[in-house]
Amino acid sequence: MAEILVYVDHVDGAVRKPTLELLTLARRLGDPVAVALGNGAADTAPALAEHGAVKVLTADAPEFAEYLVVPKVDALQAAYEAVSAGGSLAAVLVPSSAEAKEIAARLAVRIGSGVITDAVDLEAGDEGPVATQSVFAASFTTKSRVSKGTPVITVKPNSAPVEAAPAAGTVEALSVSFGALATGTKVTSRTPRESTGRPELTEAAIVVSGGRGVNGAENFAIIEALADSLGAAVGASRAAVDAGWYPHANQVGQTGKSVSPQLYIASGISGAIQHRAGMQTSKTIVAINKDAEAPIFELVDYGVVGDLFEVVPQLTEEVKTRKG
Amino acid sequence: MSLRIVVCVKYVPDATGDRHFADDLTVDRDDVDGLLSELDEYAVEQALQIAEEADDAEVTVLTVGPEDAKDALRKALSMGADKAVHVEDDDLHGTDVMGTSLVLAKAIEKTGYDVVIAGMASTDGVMGVLPAILAERLGVPQVTLLSEVSIEDGVVKGRRDGDAASEQLEAALPAVVSVTDQSGEARYPSFKGIMAAKKKPVESLDLSDLDLEAEEVGLEGAWTAVDSATERPARTAGTIVKDEGEGGKQLAEFLASQKFI
Ligand SMILES: Cc1cc2nc3c(=O)[nH]c(=O)nc-3n(C[C@H](O)[C@H](O)[C@H](O)COP(=O)(O)OP(=O)(O)OC[C@H]3O[C@@H](n4cnc5c(N)ncnc54)[C@H](O)[C@@H]3O)c2cc1C
Ligand SMILES: Nc1ncnc2c1ncn2[C@@H]1O[C@H](COP(=O)(O)O)[C@@H](O)[C@H]1O
Repeated sequence: MAEILVYVDHVDGAVRKPTLELLTLARRLGDPVAVALGNGAADTAPALAEHGAVKVLTADAPEFAEYLVVPKVDALQAAYEAVSAGGSLAAVLVPSSAEAKEIAARLAVRIGSGVITDAVDLEAGDEGPVATQSVFAASFTTKSRVSKGTPVITVKPNSAPVEAAPAAGTVEALSVSFGALATGTKVTSRTPRESTGRPELTEAAIVVSGGRGVNGAENFAIIEALADSLGAAVGASRAAVDAGWYPHANQVGQTGKSVSPQLYIASGISGAIQHRAGMQTSKTIVAINKDAEAPIFELVDYGVVGDLFEVVPQLTEEVKTRKG
Repeated sequence: MSLRIVVCVKYVPDATGDRHFADDLTVDRDDVDGLLSELDEYAVEQALQIAEEADDAEVTVLTVGPEDAKDALRKALSMGADKAVHVEDDDLHGTDVMGTSLVLAKAIEKTGYDVVIAGMASTDGVMGVLPAILAERLGVPQVTLLSEVSIEDGVVKGRRDGDAASEQLEAALPAVVSVTDQSGEARYPSFKGIMAAKKKPVESLDLSDLDLEAEEVGLEGAWTAVDSATERPARTAGTIVKDEGEGGKQLAEFLASQKFI
């Protein structure tokens, strides 16, 4: 059976959900061999085994944290060479985080392969994996393949369900030697993002977003209250972020996060093309806007034309009551 | 010694236009107005600011694209860049990111550089990986996705706001930098700038000038193949209600009917 190399996104050994989704897709193509790097790499093995990894290659070294991107490319290349020596490596799958995309792209250059980024689905094809992508602000769906080398494909969060599929998950240490470029860009300090206790924006099943209509940083409490009643993540439009009302890390759209939750609730957001680009693939879309002509209403499954300061608190109360 | 800055800019179809695909499944560039990718304006802006800080610097804007891509170069020149390089060749039609990066790397080497500055992503392809690929191809440090950047004494420093953390980065030149739309608003070209741009040199290069063969680029040479592109069906019209005092409750009823609560 073909082997599929899967790059693991984890925080100190805790595997992030998009990687588990990636294992679901990898199993459609072959046997997943996971590669986990950095602090806590070996701790990822139980979760990866539970979701189908037949093998987990691990490496840790100070370089992974002290220098940008390249040490991880060196390690992924070492994994690629180790697995492809067996002759049946069919693809390299990587989660679509900003960093992992860069790692994937550089690996592709080194191994002479093409790269496809931000796939939303993958299936086996006669000429290798076929990737579905959503392009032009989600107005088109394309199907593409890598036509040169071992396909390297990055996949967006929420592209597949997480499925249990216990496999051996045998841990093997990966030996990595760093090249001259590995220490080119030094990370001189790192400030971890403070946890809000809410779900990760890109991984959340429900996202509640506010835009310019929220009209002030303090008013975002209304959006947060609705989010908390639903167990949702909080998003914001660029107008709200640029005004300084909410952190850029929560921006949804072309230059922010791209989200694809089960439910997206937009309040006080007009629905500009750049905002749509980051949320249009959401399964169910709901909007609250006082302007009946706002383009966001073209996308909605359910829309309320009204003042968000009336509608949102009422909705929050009703959700709380129903959830008891 | 002069600081040589090369800015990679892309000419893209206007995102607010009706973008679609041509028959050969490449991006249709004829039916929608093109412009300098808005995200690359941030790269031009940072290049100009760095040049203003440096004692002696030269900003060259570089694009790989069709004839019309000159418009993107003109815009960057009118913002204040010193000169432009346009790589144009019929054989480039359909080139993917691997090919584009190959061409850009050759053109950058030919032009000479201390720092390359790119945008965070193109607004049509939105891959956001080309700068990392360029660093790999040029064999220099990658200092990408910066929301703050400065260059002093041959060292580039910047802040990268990642998913999990905000990082301060540092690398010695030569290097490849990319900047995000958080790096600072781009300036508008002044009337004087627009007039001056008309006299600034635009060098045209084709594949042979870069010692590249047609087979290495273009649709045939691409590392990826698009098999189909279908327009997403319009979302079925949803229910829209006007709030008459019960809007929140009606919405809750809808969410309950969809099993969200
Ligand atoms: C290169 C580029 C990249 C961009 N990237 C992004 C991106 O990543 N994400 C993004 O979001 N935008 C992005 N934008 C900006 C985008 O074009 C819009 O400007 C932005 O999305 C508008 O935000 P908004 O909908 O909150 O504000 P507006 O367009 O001003 O809309 C506010 C809406 O709130 C409604 N409203 C006001 N008060 C109330 C109330 N009391 N109750 C209910 N409704 C109310 C109004 O009717 C209006 O429809 C980008 C733009 C460019 C050029
Ligand atoms: N054809 C091109 N010519 C010049 N620069 C480009 C071209 N394509 C991409 N770039 C640069 O690479 C960045 C990232 O592009 P991408 O990886 O395609 O999203 C852009 O913001 C540009 O700075």
